[in-house]
Order: sequence, then C-alpha cells, then structure tokens
Amino acid sequence: MSERPLHVAVTGLNATDNPAPGVAVIRALRDADPSIRIIGLGYDALDPGIYATDLVRDVFLLPYPSQGLTAFWSRLEYVHSKLGIDVIIPTLDAELPAFLDLEPKLRALGIKTLLPTREQFTLREKGRLAQLGAKSGIRVPATAVVNTIEELSRVHFSVPYPMYVKGLYYGATLAMNLEDATHAFYKVVAQWGIPVVVQTQILGEEFNIVALGDGEGGLVGAVGMKKLMLTDKGKGWAGITVRDPALLEVAQQFMSATKWRGPCEIELMRDKLGHYHLIEINPRFPAWVYLSAGAGLNLPYAAVELAQGKQPNIGTDYKVGTLFVRISIDQIASITDFQNMVTTGEVSR
Amino acid sequence: MSSATHLKDLALSDTGFVFDPYTGATFTTNATGLAILQALREGLGRSAIIDRLRERFDVHGDLESDITEFYQLLRQHGVVPPNFTGTEK
Repeated sequence: MSERPLHVAVTGLNATDNPAPGVAVIRALRDADPSIRIIGLGYDALDPGIYATDLVRDVFLLPYPSQGLTAFWSRLEYVHSKLGIDVIIPTLDAELPAFLDLEPKLRALGIKTLLPTREQFTLREKGRLAQLGAKSGIRVPATAVVNTIEELSRVHFSVPYPMYVKGLYYGATLAMNLEDATHAFYKVVAQWGIPVVVQTQILGEEFNIVALGDGEGGLVGAVGMKKLMLTDKGKGWAGITVRDPALLEVAQQFMSATKWRGPCEIELMRDKLGHYHLIEINPRFPAWVYLSAGAGLNLPYAAVELAQGKQPNIGTDYKVGTLFVRISIDQIASITDFQNMVTTGEVSR
Repeated sequence: MSSATHLKDLALSDTGFVFDPYTGATFTTNATGLAILQALREGLGRSAIIDRLRERFDVHGDLESDITEFYQLLRQHGVVPPNFTGTEK
C-alpha cells in the first residue's frame, strides 16, 4: 500500500493582473515535491487557479471571512472531513485575522499552520510602522494614521507632502497637497473604511524581499527582488533577484525585532544614498514568490516543513540575476468544473 | 561597500550586457565601455585605462573627456559612489 501523500491546502487562487499568491505557492510546492496533494481554496468560481488542472486536483470555495467566522470555520471543517488537511497556507491579507482566530481550532483538528502571533501581526500594520522602525532599527518614512478630514488637514506637520494615502489593506495614492489628499482619503474610506494611513513619499527605487521567519527571531531564508516592469496598477510584471547585504540585513532586523513566524513580504525604497526605508510589511507570501523557488531557495516548501515542525533544509543561497516575467494565457476549462464550482463550490479531478 | 567590490561583482557579458547584482539594474555598453569596466575591475587608474584603450582600439583625439563622461554615467547609475574619480590604483 502506498504512503498517503502530504495534503496541503493553499488559499488565494485569483490570478489576474493583480494576482493572489496562491498559484505561485502551489507551483513552488509542486516543484519541491510533486507527490504533495494540493487542495486549492478559492473565493470565486472564476478564480483562474481553480482551472489550473496541472497544479491542483481538488478545489473548494470558501465564504469570505467578512461573512462571519462560523461560516468560514464550518467550510474549513467540511474540507478537512472530505480530504484531510495536514497543512494550510493562507496567502491573503484579509483572511489572516480569521486564520489567527481559528488557529487553536485548526491545531485541535491536527491541521498545521505557520502563522504569526496576533501581536506580531498587529506590529507590522501600516499604521504602526514607526513603532516597528523604532523597535527594529529599520528606517521608516514619516507615517501616521488619520480617521477624519480634520486630522488629515493637520497631519502634514508630522508627515510632510508629498505623501501616499493608503487603505489599511490595499492601495496607495500619491497626494501633493491637501486637495489631493482629501480626494484620496474619501476614496480609501469608501473602499476600505477608516483608519487611513498617510506616509511621506521616499524618492528612490523600490525593492522587495520575500522572507520566512522561524518564530524565534531567526531568518530561515530571504530573497531580494527588484521589479523590472510594472502593470498600470503598479504591480510587478517582471523582476530580478538581487543581493545587497544591506537589503537582506533589513529582513534579519525585522525577524529579530518581531520574532516573526511564517512568511512575509518586505517592501522598501532605496534612496540615492543607498539607504533602505521600510514602506510596508505584507504578512504572507507575495504573488512573485515562485521566483524564490526558481532562484533555488524554495521558501513555500520551507514554510510547509516548518509548519510540520521539521527543520527546513533549503540552504541560504539563491541565484542572483534570476528573472520572472509574467504571462497572461487563456486556460481551457471544462464546463463540468465550472458548473461544480458554481453549484456545489467544489471540484475533485 | 567599496567601489572595487561593487565593480568586481558586476556581471559583464562579452556582448556588453551589464547586470548589477546589488541594485538589479541592467545596462548595455559598447566594446569600449566594456574595456573600461574590465580595466576598472582590475584596479587600473585613468591613465593606464587610456593607454589600454589606445592599444586595443583605433582611437584618435582626447580620451580624457570620454572617460570622464563614462564615469559620470557610472556614478549616475550607482555603479560607483558619487565621489568616484577613477584615479585610484
């Protein structure tokens, strides 16, 4: 009788021009161990990753966490009862609070995760970057949280223009003056609600790091990347691995200061003097994480190993100068799969 | 990081493609530019580089200003520090 393969559930199967990281995580896991049974967890019947039949056999739709924790938990329990989940890797910012709440229940069912603690999760929030900077020694641009237009009108005393006006989860609009900022403020509030984060613009080049923390202050691995091409939404469409010791030092500082457990993406600006300024920490793998596997440091697989309590054996080095270049392709999908996703929210192939 | 280390770590191809592993920047340069970069990696100073260019290429006139302009491009792209003059041995 053959041994049961590892069952890993991965969320975030949207793969449009602003893709979720799920498909990239799945590809990295497949590269490392093709025997892993991947269980895709999507939110929409047309999430493109659902139809990537060469990557994922079983897919289930989840209710949005905003519909309530009970429905979300009940669906996860159902998936577990059907297939058995060994490890779950959430990849979306907005679902992480739900997974943090459910972590004890998941553990009780034997489902392993690699999540930060609530305290770690909160510390890296956009509105707390100054606190994080002070704790870690990482440079952070002037940043503040505003809840009202009155606060916004005074904030330039501490956060000078030009500034970015950001939602708590997503989006950033550059404002040169109060008029721009007011317009952006209302847009963010309409989409994401309050609070709104404002951050002084740092001129320079953007760099990103995907990193994995062991939860004890150690950096399991990190890959630095410079975007080479952006979409009109400012998302990386092509990028290249880089290695500047000062860049990777930021990842180490972040891990030491927060004892971060799990994956994250660190977004930085490099000014003309070569100093790195922390813009944002995303508490999950980025959509470009397959580059880490392509460059020889498979961080998603290391995360799965860590979640199982194993010591990842991925080394520390990666190939500098490895590129990713995204492509849009039309997948041919079966109507049976689509109808199953629409009617029952699940498919097994 | 010293400019010598930075220059040594540049990936130079024979076709003139240059990749800076620290910044991810890529450039293309002609054969003369490539020869200057290789000479800088060897630690040659400005006059030695000029001698080498005269040896390898059919050049006439003032090379000083061409080299000054090339160094300016290197500074502009962060390949060498802002105070780099290329006179060190």
